[in-house]
Amino acid sequence: MEIQTEQYHICYDRETATVSFSGSRGLSGPEEYQPIAQLRGDVVDVEAGKITLNLQQLEFLNSSGISMMSKFIIEVRKKARVQMAVQGSQSIALQAKSLKNLQQCLL
Amino acid sequence: MIEIFGDFIERKNSQEYLIVGFSPSSIPLKQRWRNNGLSADFLADYLTTFFPGNQDDSSSLTRQAEIKSAVSYIANELLENAMKFNDENSQYPINIKLQLKKDGLIFSVANSISPLTVGKFQRYIQKLLVSDPSEMYIEKLEKNAADESSTDSGLGLLTMLNDYSAKMGWKFETVQKDPEVIAVTTMVQLTV
Repeated sequence: MEIQTEQYHICYDRETATVSFSGSRGLSGPEEYQPIAQLRGDVVDVEAGKITLNLQQLEFLNSSGISMMSKFIIEVRKKARVQMAVQGSQSIALQAKSLKNLQQCLL
Repeated sequence: MIEIFGDFIERKNSQEYLIVGFSPSSIPLKQRWRNNGLSADFLADYLTTFFPGNQDDSSSLTRQAEIKSAVSYIANELLENAMKFNDENSQYPINIKLQLKKDGLIFSVANSISPLTVGKFQRYIQKLLVSDPSEMYIEKLEKNAADESSTDSGLGLLTMLNDYSAKMGWKFETVQKDPEVIAVTTMVQLTV
């Protein structure tokens, strides 16, 4: 399953329970939230032992994008038996800051 | 009427600055939305000229990348807010100014704001100025996650305080009476 827009690309590989995000622009209007919310529902419902969010190709995230990402993390947190791995990139300066905050959501 | 909140400096421009201006009615909002990112990236790219990276020194390249990323993020958020809260009934222009100082950068974004929403915004600013940004940030993430209908992240200004340790200030000014037009200038100071 994938969502492709001019701004970003989200791809969900059911086999490996991995959601990969890429793009260099943030989310814009509310109409962009709906497909992502649906994808999030599908991902969280999967009975996988571990869900991976791969952000290594994600060059930019605006505040709406940060909020969207935290929803993923908070919903997975509610599922007691599911582990979550978030893969980021140290060479993308923005990720160091945002991921530190998102990590706190898991605590 | 002029009202100041937080850390707002009124002084002459520094020697190095860049201003990008937008006329509110010239292009539809949707297309302008894409402009936010383009303008922010342009400001960030332009600024790196003043913070040259040395290919043989990885720390200078890291610093350059950090500054570029910070400018791109902050300018984009400020522009998104300005476009979002701009008073549609007024023709007051939106502009973003980036000033280069010896020890830092100053962003100022000016836009009009609906007289009906000024009070709400000022109460939010007052809360922002006295709260612990990291606590408020996490609270906001949890609140957004609990509310599926929320389309407004409410995180833009908070991330500037929390992630970039920015100093922030606001100036509200009545620029026209009858019909009333109120302009707000948001100032973000970043130490680099």
